[in-house]
Amino acid sequence: MAYPTDRKYTKDHEWIRVSGDTADVGITDYAQRQLGDVVYVDLPDVGRRIVAGESFGSIESVKAVSELFAPMSGEVVEVNPRLKDHPEAVNSEPYDSWMVKVRLSDPAAVESLLDAAAYEALVKE
Amino acid sequence: MADTFVAELRKTPLHARHRASNARMVPFAGWDMPVEYSGITAEHMAVRTRAGLFDVSHMGQIEVAGKNAAAAVDRLICSDASALSIGQAKYSGLLTPDGTFVDDVLVYRMAPFHFLFVANASNVKKDFAWITEQIKAVGDAAAVDSSTRYALLALQGPAAREVLQPLTGVDLSEIRPYWFANGEVANARATISRTGYSGEDGFEIFVPPNMADKVWQAVLESGRSADVIPCGLGARDTLRLEAAMRLYGNDIDESTSVLEAGLDWTVAWSKKEFIGRDRLVEQRDQGVARTLVGLEMMDRGIARHGYQVVRDARPVGVVTSGTQTPFLKKAIAMAYVPPELAAPGAEIDVDIRGRAAKARVVPLPFYKRKRT
Repeated sequence: MAYPTDRKYTKDHEWIRVSGDTADVGITDYAQRQLGDVVYVDLPDVGRRIVAGESFGSIESVKAVSELFAPMSGEVVEVNPRLKDHPEAVNSEPYDSWMVKVRLSDPAAVESLLDAAAYEALVKE
Repeated sequence: MADTFVAELRKTPLHARHRASNARMVPFAGWDMPVEYSGITAEHMAVRTRAGLFDVSHMGQIEVAGKNAAAAVDRLICSDASALSIGQAKYSGLLTPDGTFVDDVLVYRMAPFHFLFVANASNVKKDFAWITEQIKAVGDAAAVDSSTRYALLALQGPAAREVLQPLTGVDLSEIRPYWFANGEVANARATISRTGYSGEDGFEIFVPPNMADKVWQAVLESGRSADVIPCGLGARDTLRLEAAMRLYGNDIDESTSVLEAGLDWTVAWSKKEFIGRDRLVEQRDQGVARTLVGLEMMDRGIARHGYQVVRDARPVGVVTSGTQTPFLKKAIAMAYVPPELAAPGAEIDVDIRGRAAKARVVPLPFYKRKRT
């Protein structure tokens, strides 16, 4: 499994793709496989402040509910409308299924996250 | 995700097959079990529309035999064991003196003086100790934990009979629901039971552990043209929930009575004596304080085990099982609520992680197959 190198990763299996002072956030292919069939993604409203390392929403598969953790801090500027009716896209296209767009409070903090190689090593353990 | 206790988990005779087939494995009741093969939704739909094959060898078997076996089993369960014919099975409760569940079991009458219980994996040890202790008073009956002598496969779904029939000389059309027959499947000695935990027609097949893999392969091969697929515990759970079959540890346990759980139909009131009877008679005459109901979510979200049921911002009950069902495509749940909120149509809230989500009481089961 190749992990896209255009973004960074967290130990909680989120990805974040930074572009200027905003970023897209989603979950990794590894995460969606662990979850199984996703049926519902519960996301914050636009305008909500999210904090690195803290929960910003939840994702439900048929089996269970899991928290979504913010890779970086910032303000939600957009929520992916597609996931409301097509949560299964998280399974089929994890790297295209961004959940929120965030205006980052500290874009430089991205350097502390895992790159694709480090993340791949993590999930191989 | 590495689980340091993996080495201590028990393995069914099909464990190597699950691993080799890339099933996703999880610890369940002390066993390393497949939770899904191709995905819960796909497996669930296969069982509703074709058939699916499950390894349920983690389930336990306890046998009671002896001249007084029928009397012993009649003392243990709330259903009428003596009334069972040879070759007949019955779903029943193994009860505490409070009329609550030590376990819920299938009871098979193998011979006039020989019964077999199929018990939940997590309860086998407890059940065996309880049964052994309780049948002493009856005498002339002994219990054996024979769990390791059986592998148990479940083939469930509308195509189950046509898939299984080519593999056995037993005429499957002669086995009615909740009856069983002894014979062979794929040349393995087998007990074939028309039972299951999916709400569909189907069979549970008891075979010697060393034959399990051969039978598993033969069933999948026979079902290839009908697109029969292997299934895991995940789909087993969503299927049983649609059919409103109770799950021990979720919906019922030692704190919930048979009547609270809505399983009155298993009680043989005509039986003069069984463990828990006095308490159940009391509840029958005076009513129960809570009752298990079906819920359908009206707001978005899924009610899960342990979530509170709320009415006018006051907690009034608890969700015992809940999921988004792949077949009905709704969020459904079962919950204990006070009797005054138990009528279909009643509206309550479920506290979904701090958010009040509206739900409506609906009749059980959520799903009932069309009988042909």
